[in-house]
Amino acid sequence: MTVIEILDIGLAVLVLGVAAWTIAARELFAAAVGYVAYGLLLSLVWVRLFALDVALTEAAIGSGVTGVLLITAAMRLRGTDPPQASEQLRPMVRVAAATLCIAIAGVLAAGVLMMADPGPTLAPDVARHLGETGLGNPVTAVLMAFRAFDTMLEKVVLILAVIGVWSLAADDAWGSVAGPRPLAHHQGPLTFFAQLLPPVGIVVAVHIAWVGANEPGGAFQGGALLAAMAMIVLMARVVQAPAVDRRWLRVVLVAGPAMFLLIGMIGFAVAAGFLAYPDGIAKPLILFIEAFMVLSIAAVLPLLVIGPPNRPQAGPP
Amino acid sequence: MSAVALALATNPGGYLLVLAIVLPVVGMLLSLVAGGRNAERIALALMPAGLGIALVIAFGVWREQAPLVYILGGWAPPLGIALRADGFSAVMLVTAALVVAAAGYFARPLFATPPQRAEARAPLAFWTLLQGLWAALNMVFLGGDLFNLYVALELLTFAAVPLVCLDGRPETLRAALRYLLFALIGSVFYLLGAALLYGSYGTLDIVLLAEGIRAAPVVAPATFAAGGLMTAGLLAKTALFPLHLWLPPAHANAPAPASAVLSALVVKGSFFLVVRLWFDVMPGLASDAAMGLLGALGSGAILFGSVLALRQRRLKLLIAYSTIAQVGYLFLMFPLAAGSEPWNGQAWNGGVMQALSHAFAKASMFLAAGLVAESLGHDRIADLRGIGHAMPMTLFAFGLGGLSLMGLPPSGGFTAKWLLLQATVEGGQWFWAAIVLCGGLLAGGYVYRVVAPALAASPLDVRASPSRGREGIVLALAIAALLLGFAPPGFLGLLQVGRAAIVP
Repeated sequence: MTVIEILDIGLAVLVLGVAAWTIAARELFAAAVGYVAYGLLLSLVWVRLFALDVALTEAAIGSGVTGVLLITAAMRLRGTDPPQASEQLRPMVRVAAATLCIAIAGVLAAGVLMMADPGPTLAPDVARHLGETGLGNPVTAVLMAFRAFDTMLEKVVLILAVIGVWSLAADDAWGSVAGPRPLAHHQGPLTFFAQLLPPVGIVVAVHIAWVGANEPGGAFQGGALLAAMAMIVLMARVVQAPAVDRRWLRVVLVAGPAMFLLIGMIGFAVAAGFLAYPDGIAKPLILFIEAFMVLSIAAVLPLLVIGPPNRPQAGPP
Repeated sequence: MSAVALALATNPGGYLLVLAIVLPVVGMLLSLVAGGRNAERIALALMPAGLGIALVIAFGVWREQAPLVYILGGWAPPLGIALRADGFSAVMLVTAALVVAAAGYFARPLFATPPQRAEARAPLAFWTLLQGLWAALNMVFLGGDLFNLYVALELLTFAAVPLVCLDGRPETLRAALRYLLFALIGSVFYLLGAALLYGSYGTLDIVLLAEGIRAAPVVAPATFAAGGLMTAGLLAKTALFPLHLWLPPAHANAPAPASAVLSALVVKGSFFLVVRLWFDVMPGLASDAAMGLLGALGSGAILFGSVLALRQRRLKLLIAYSTIAQVGYLFLMFPLAAGSEPWNGQAWNGGVMQALSHAFAKASMFLAAGLVAESLGHDRIADLRGIGHAMPMTLFAFGLGGLSLMGLPPSGGFTAKWLLLQATVEGGQWFWAAIVLCGGLLAGGYVYRVVAPALAASPLDVRASPSRGREGIVLALAIAALLLGFAPPGFLGLLQVGRAAIVP
């Protein structure tokens, strides 16, 4: 057994251990923290599987943004009454749920273990057509060319999620801002980091989005990092979020899918059809669309985290 | 060209499939940017255009007697994604366009932006979500790729769930959260199944997957696991008994136009994908026992939903439980329509007709209940005596919708249940016939419970009479359910276009 194999086994055991701990944790907050650790370990697993794009996304979204979302929710729920006995699951229900989960995990494991090895794959197909997109990263080619329709619509899903979160606002809070108020006096380590990190983070985010054409990275990972910077300054209460009825905010929200759709429709006239790119300029067009996608993702994720607008407009500020 | 080659190339008119999806997406994005009253204007202006596109697609499928196909980006599957419209897709597209438009025009007074404000929460959310929901449904009906269909399901969930709690009462939030949990667990199961299929066959395209499964010397065990997981997930989203717990509070507490689209269309979206899975992706793969199990769950839904509908005190809850029962009939398709006998084709038509007629009838009944609740300030069935004299047109529409649920002629519901009954007799599976007849009787009971006292001559204090226009919308939907009962043979032929002839 080589050292690498021992490390891999250790990593797998660690992932399972943290997962079990997350499920067993009694405290909501502790479970959320466990989930973040689990996500980070999982991204290491993806690195070991040579899926760097997936690893980056898992770290940014699976662990990062989802983690912030869960921890924020757990913090908010701390102030509320604990669930009453009647709302808690009976032991029978817990056992049934655990049995069902184990059965499903067993079916999945059996299904995966019984698959042909190596299994059928589209990777050679992707490699053969990669040249037509002008890109060097096959993952970006799948997301932005071969399955561009899915990618465009996933951003629409995110926008619907924002509308869903906003729809939970109180009627008289509509048009106001969400999240905590900015502090009058900036001090403390959080403020320090909120002022130090974003300049670095923005550069790294733009870099990740840009190199995604040829290397691991891309619009989603870059956008998520940019979103993280926005979340830091919002949560450190250095700046406050824009009001939900600002026109520019709405434009930024829809910019990604809207530009995708527009260029997709132009494909009807000048290329092989909807979402097809003209020969030779596929790569610049893809990077152009990705720039707008980065903006939209960077706007959507913090809006999901800070929640619905929560300040009634009437009354004292 | 072979059938597979035809399914992998764009054909004339295929671009319409793109428009059917892109139009509501553009409408939703524009509505969000323009905001305020513009959201409503954009949504209402695009609805007739969307209906036009759906009708042209249906006409195209009928004329060619073959599915329309569009290859997105020029990348043929398995690398790229195909959109396909067969007969079932085409009629569902038209139904969705009609019901969404009816709900939209009906909702105008409910979701108007107040005059003193530039924008308000509920109207902006309603008009954007309604268009998002419409786009998602069109994607479900047209998607030819299992992952693309997953995106469609996500779009559908995120558009449908917030509609449940738009008025912000605590019980609606609770209902919406429960709905969200069921829907998300369903999505996860579906996605796991899709991943297993990709791992086994190296494609997510429905036609290529069917080819791969047919050509494989031994069906991969993961195929059955995938089928089971995806079916379970989709059943949770369809609220098939016994996974129906989320539906009554969600559908009964939502605003009336939202209830109408949720009950008429959204549960049909996931049902549509169960049909795609077992009839198109893995035709002939399911054992009789598995199909029988789906039929048995459907039967359980018919009996259980109907009996509970009989016991409800609120009109909207009664209608919601009736949805659980009517969804049950749809699942009789699985034991009856799988095969290449003529009676299998009849059962197919019966199932599709049930999906269509229930969509119109149920939308009409939920909107009627909405008018009743607006006029009386409540929807307690015990206090509806005499409503027939105060709101005759609304009650008439409710009764017509009820006719279709019971399966009495002339109505689409009658045609649907008659076709299913014929198939049970010709196929020698008479036990389903007993369930169909029993369900009809029980439906008669719960419709009678509302209509009979409503016709009593009893003075009733009505706060405000509904506008003629909105009553007209309710009646038009009920008449659409009725007219399906007069569908010509050519219409039933359209339903068969693209149906995989399953050789046992």
